[in-house]
Amino acid sequence: MDLSSINPVLLVASLMVSATPILFAAIGELVVEKAGVLNLGVEGMMITGAIVGFAVAVTTSSPLLGFAAAALASAVLSLSFGVLTQYLLSNQVATGLGLTLVGLGLSSLIGRPYEGIKSPTLPDIHIPVISDLPVVGPMLFQHDIMVYVSIALVAGVWGFLKYSRLGLILRAVGESHDAAHALGYKVVRVRMAAIFFGGACAGLGGAYLSLVRVPQWTEGMTAGAGWIALAIVVFASWRPWRVLIGAYLFGGITVLQLNLQAAGLQFGVEYLSMSPYVITILVLVVISARGAHGAPASLGRPFHASS
Amino acid sequence: MDDILLSLSGLTKAYPGVVANDDVSFDIGRGEVHALLGENGAGKSTLVKMIYGLVKPDTGTMTLNGAGYTPAEPRAARAAGVAMVFQHFSLFDALTVAENIALGMENPPKPRDLARQIREVSENYGLPLDPDRVVGTLSAGERQRVEIIRCLLQNPQLLIMDEPTSVLTPQEVEILFQTLRQLSAEGTAILYISHKLEEIRALCDNATILRLGKKVATCIPRETTAREMAEMMVGSSFNAPEARARDLGDVALEVRGLSLPAPGAFGTPLRDISFTVRQGEVLGLGGVAGNGQDELLAALSGEQRSPAAMIRMHDVEIGALGPTARRDKGLLTGPEERLGHAAAPDMSLTENAVLTAARREGLLSRGFVNWGRAQGFAEKVIEAFDVRTPGPGTAARALSGGNLQKYVIGREILQRPEVLIVNQPTWGVDAAAAAAIRQALLDLAAKGAAIVVISQDLDELIEISDRFGALNEGRLSAIKPVQGLTIDEIGLMMGGAHDMEVAHA
Repeated sequence: MDLSSINPVLLVASLMVSATPILFAAIGELVVEKAGVLNLGVEGMMITGAIVGFAVAVTTSSPLLGFAAAALASAVLSLSFGVLTQYLLSNQVATGLGLTLVGLGLSSLIGRPYEGIKSPTLPDIHIPVISDLPVVGPMLFQHDIMVYVSIALVAGVWGFLKYSRLGLILRAVGESHDAAHALGYKVVRVRMAAIFFGGACAGLGGAYLSLVRVPQWTEGMTAGAGWIALAIVVFASWRPWRVLIGAYLFGGITVLQLNLQAAGLQFGVEYLSMSPYVITILVLVVISARGAHGAPASLGRPFHASS
Repeated sequence: MDDILLSLSGLTKAYPGVVANDDVSFDIGRGEVHALLGENGAGKSTLVKMIYGLVKPDTGTMTLNGAGYTPAEPRAARAAGVAMVFQHFSLFDALTVAENIALGMENPPKPRDLARQIREVSENYGLPLDPDRVVGTLSAGERQRVEIIRCLLQNPQLLIMDEPTSVLTPQEVEILFQTLRQLSAEGTAILYISHKLEEIRALCDNATILRLGKKVATCIPRETTAREMAEMMVGSSFNAPEARARDLGDVALEVRGLSLPAPGAFGTPLRDISFTVRQGEVLGLGGVAGNGQDELLAALSGEQRSPAAMIRMHDVEIGALGPTARRDKGLLTGPEERLGHAAAPDMSLTENAVLTAARREGLLSRGFVNWGRAQGFAEKVIEAFDVRTPGPGTAARALSGGNLQKYVIGREILQRPEVLIVNQPTWGVDAAAAAAIRQALLDLAAKGAAIVVISQDLDELIEISDRFGALNEGRLSAIKPVQGLTIDEIGLMMGGAHDMEVAHA
């Protein structure tokens, strides 16, 4: 094995890229869960975003249009989950799982004609001076625009939840929908908006996979990223900045194990490939055992105004 | 009343199958403290929800300050000067006091200004409160202060209070009343909902009494006895439970130094609890909600195991036994939460009977349920306790609170317990059913069972217990004979007024 073949600068740079799809999906799901809704359909929304973004980008040759279309498509798909769970009071867990299955099926249907095509990808931005800094420049400041959008989104969600009145109302709805209703807040409307936002974020994450990270369409290409995003929200105890840490940690391990494989580590490839998932599970176990949760009190509970 | 603030006329609201309010009319004057009295299900909640804009009346009109008043939502009601302190469901545990208050305001000021205003109002009205505390860590009395201050910050003309004293110690009640009297003197009208008659007599200027959705009477509480008001509420006279004169037998249940850690983040640890109950004795345990009642019941029922020697029954250590083993020995329990703890909501009454009575009543044969006998037992409970239901096949959820309570208590009593522990046996039950349940407990004690009644209703405890103790933060006070105990002493046993102070001196 030759560890010197691993370049730390490239490692950090590629971990940011590798973490971005999960970061998008997780920060969206965090908002959804903060409003008290458990949407297990992240995986389905991500892969729908991946194929719709890919298709639109290939057709229009504009990756940015692809991202916009992906966000819109996944958000619209998430509204079906919203209507079922918020208006028809269906079970959130079952509906979320259904959404994942629908998304996987729908994406492979749409994706048939697009297999084997290469998509136009986003150019890396170049900021004079900062991007040219030695080491730090290529590590942090030579990425495409969506990497920075994802980080800005985390900051935005954090500020929104902590400082804005709407954020306070959203947290209140997730904490106790009965109390929020008694004060006259529109519980269902707030939750629908959160679900829509979560869907859009998952779509962006999916499109990032098919337009930047890979960039190609293959069936089932999200490969569990949506589930990891769900786990990271718990890992983060529902706090935005910890979602960033969790996503980068997962991305880091993914990239590291790839690098280790490339460096010729004589240790089962299967084990290395599974390591990010195993470590995610271990971290979740440790966090759950410690008992510090902070889950929204109404998470996953159905709300009906009559009760 | 020449100076009328709010006038209700002909308010009617029907839900499928039930008329919640039927042609209700009355007036509330400026600065008046007006009581709204009625049993559970009499339509009090629906009426105040209409005033607060949560429910739209089918017919009828309201006028506020002489102008038409039709609030489409609580926001509109608040804007018109109507504020409400809820009985349940209106605070957010994970948010701070200031955030909770901001959520109840239309245009909350900047956080720093809001914190200052909260401190000002809380000092003016003798309700100390730290704006930065997380609400989940507050006591019941403090939580209520949050709600009251939230209302007061909007300078309401009418303050609606729904059962405000059910979670307070007597001292805290006195302080609340002083705050309310001060508000009333400043011209704020108060609509006070309760079924605690003595409180209404002490506080209110006028009372409107509802029964089955209709206004049936009005009275001036100061000039009416509690008994007269109770009969107006129920519509007939009912028997108060008969007094005791029992021979006490041997010690049936002994708890020695029972200490257990808190079961969850917002639970209460039990701290060194010791008491004994003799055969034929009723021990009443009072205390403000959340001071260890649920945890004590769980420890006594066996849901929460403890070191074996901490709990003894007839001098046998049972602390390490689970609920089934304790049931076999004759220790039965009736928890507070009817739906979900005492009964499985979606299962029939017969199935619910099997859940606790299977072994003691021989409802099993070779591991299979004998449904015939199970139904027979369920019918026996329904018959003996006058449970109003179409039959034993009805789902527990379909029964009204009072009827289900009679059923779950009756189910335990008919299993001839040697020791019976009940938590809040008459919570949310109408007066007649409550009297029947209390009588059944007394009759059971007269037959030689040892009974522990955990309750937040002090009147109930004084009425049926021989000795009284209070839980406070998981500790049990000294236990005293009920005879000769004053309400002041009881209040001190319950932990007094916590840190409340009176600014009205």
